[in-house]
Amino acid sequence: MALTVMVVVVVLAALVFDFTNGFHDTANAMATSIATGALQPRVAVAIAGALNLVGAFLSVEVAKTISGGLVDEALINPVVIFAGLVGAIVWNLVTWFLGLPSSSSHALFGGLIGATWVAGGSGAVHFQAVVNKIVLPAVLSPVVAAGIAMVATYLAYRVTARAEPGVVSRGTKVSQTVSASMVALAHGTNDAQKTMGVITLTLVTAGILAPGSAPPFWVVLTAGLAIALGTYAGGWRIIRTVGTRLSDIRPVQGFAAETTSAAVILTSTHLGLPLSTTQVCTGSIFGAGAGRRLASVRWGVVGRILVAWCCTLPSAAAVGAAASWLAATGPVGVLVVGLTGAALALGIYRVSRRTAVTADNVTDLPRPADSDLAA
Amino acid sequence: MTIDWASVGIVVVVATAAAVTIVLLVCAALVAVSPHGRTSGVDTPPPRTATGTVVAAVCLAAAAALIGYGLYLIVA
Repeated sequence: MALTVMVVVVVLAALVFDFTNGFHDTANAMATSIATGALQPRVAVAIAGALNLVGAFLSVEVAKTISGGLVDEALINPVVIFAGLVGAIVWNLVTWFLGLPSSSSHALFGGLIGATWVAGGSGAVHFQAVVNKIVLPAVLSPVVAAGIAMVATYLAYRVTARAEPGVVSRGTKVSQTVSASMVALAHGTNDAQKTMGVITLTLVTAGILAPGSAPPFWVVLTAGLAIALGTYAGGWRIIRTVGTRLSDIRPVQGFAAETTSAAVILTSTHLGLPLSTTQVCTGSIFGAGAGRRLASVRWGVVGRILVAWCCTLPSAAAVGAAASWLAATGPVGVLVVGLTGAALALGIYRVSRRTAVTADNVTDLPRPADSDLAA
Repeated sequence: MTIDWASVGIVVVVATAAAVTIVLLVCAALVAVSPHGRTSGVDTPPPRTATGTVVAAVCLAAAAALIGYGLYLIVA
């Protein structure tokens, strides 16, 4: 298969992944605003989509991290990256179907690592960089976010205890709109860059760009548009989980959680740390729930989310590895991988229609069983 | 293995300071614009004071400046 054709295929796959990243992560910014009624669902996803696009243009630090250092660029090719993307897309769709806010970033990294390992051996994966730039932030970021959000929520309730409740409710709903918008902006700066990094890595491995190059403008633009459209599509299943099933979120908590998420994500983005925005936002919501009343956290839901987090990297790596092995057999193998991925995506979508979650029923009950509530 | 603890520490310190400060500033603004004396038994709450409005405006302006400065650092 001609190299240029393969590069085009990889770029398209990367943009499809970016789209899934968008609707998978809409909940990060807007779930609590929708749950508390601060924003109407359709308005929320429109704002989030627009700000994701703006955010994509703010920084390329994370893109540089992705495109340089995690894997040995000399030992991989666009076919390997394609296989990794298929692994990430499939895992994103599976977790979306289950309504689990797993990390799109970890799905992407897992898919790439699995595919690279099969293609170039374990030496092609820079494990120290993986630990330093991915695993460590992944472990620390939700803990840090939860801690900050818990402190911020506690202080917010203490300070506003003297204020008139109606003023606090209205004020924090307006503030929540602003803070949610900041999270959407932060999401664009961080997550859109991951796709930019993958496309840049593809162009480097194809010899179109020099190693260490920053993403070209067309890469920034298309990645920004793809994640914005995905965000506007709205991942309603995950929004329902994060907004209504993780904790009983009030406007003060939503404001504290989203302010924390925006601060953590933007600070990390500035330093080039490609952390998982999903884990930060989920950690913040958990912390905000605990900051008001520990019992308001639904531990059963938290447990299922933690299991999904632990499975994401190895699962996406396994799919990426299998896809890489098949794609390495030649053009037919690449075609089979692509068609299999498309068939799985279509199948998951069709099954999801049977129990559709939309903007109209995203905040509807049923809520989790009482057994999920802490005593 | 070399872990970049300095970057992690910066994220923790800066994010904590920024998030807590912004939340406290907004909450202080809400307290400032709240009608005071609502527990005095009067049916209709007393009107907000000019001082409260000014304090709220200063708090919100400070929060906005903090957010703007953060975005400036990222873009610049």
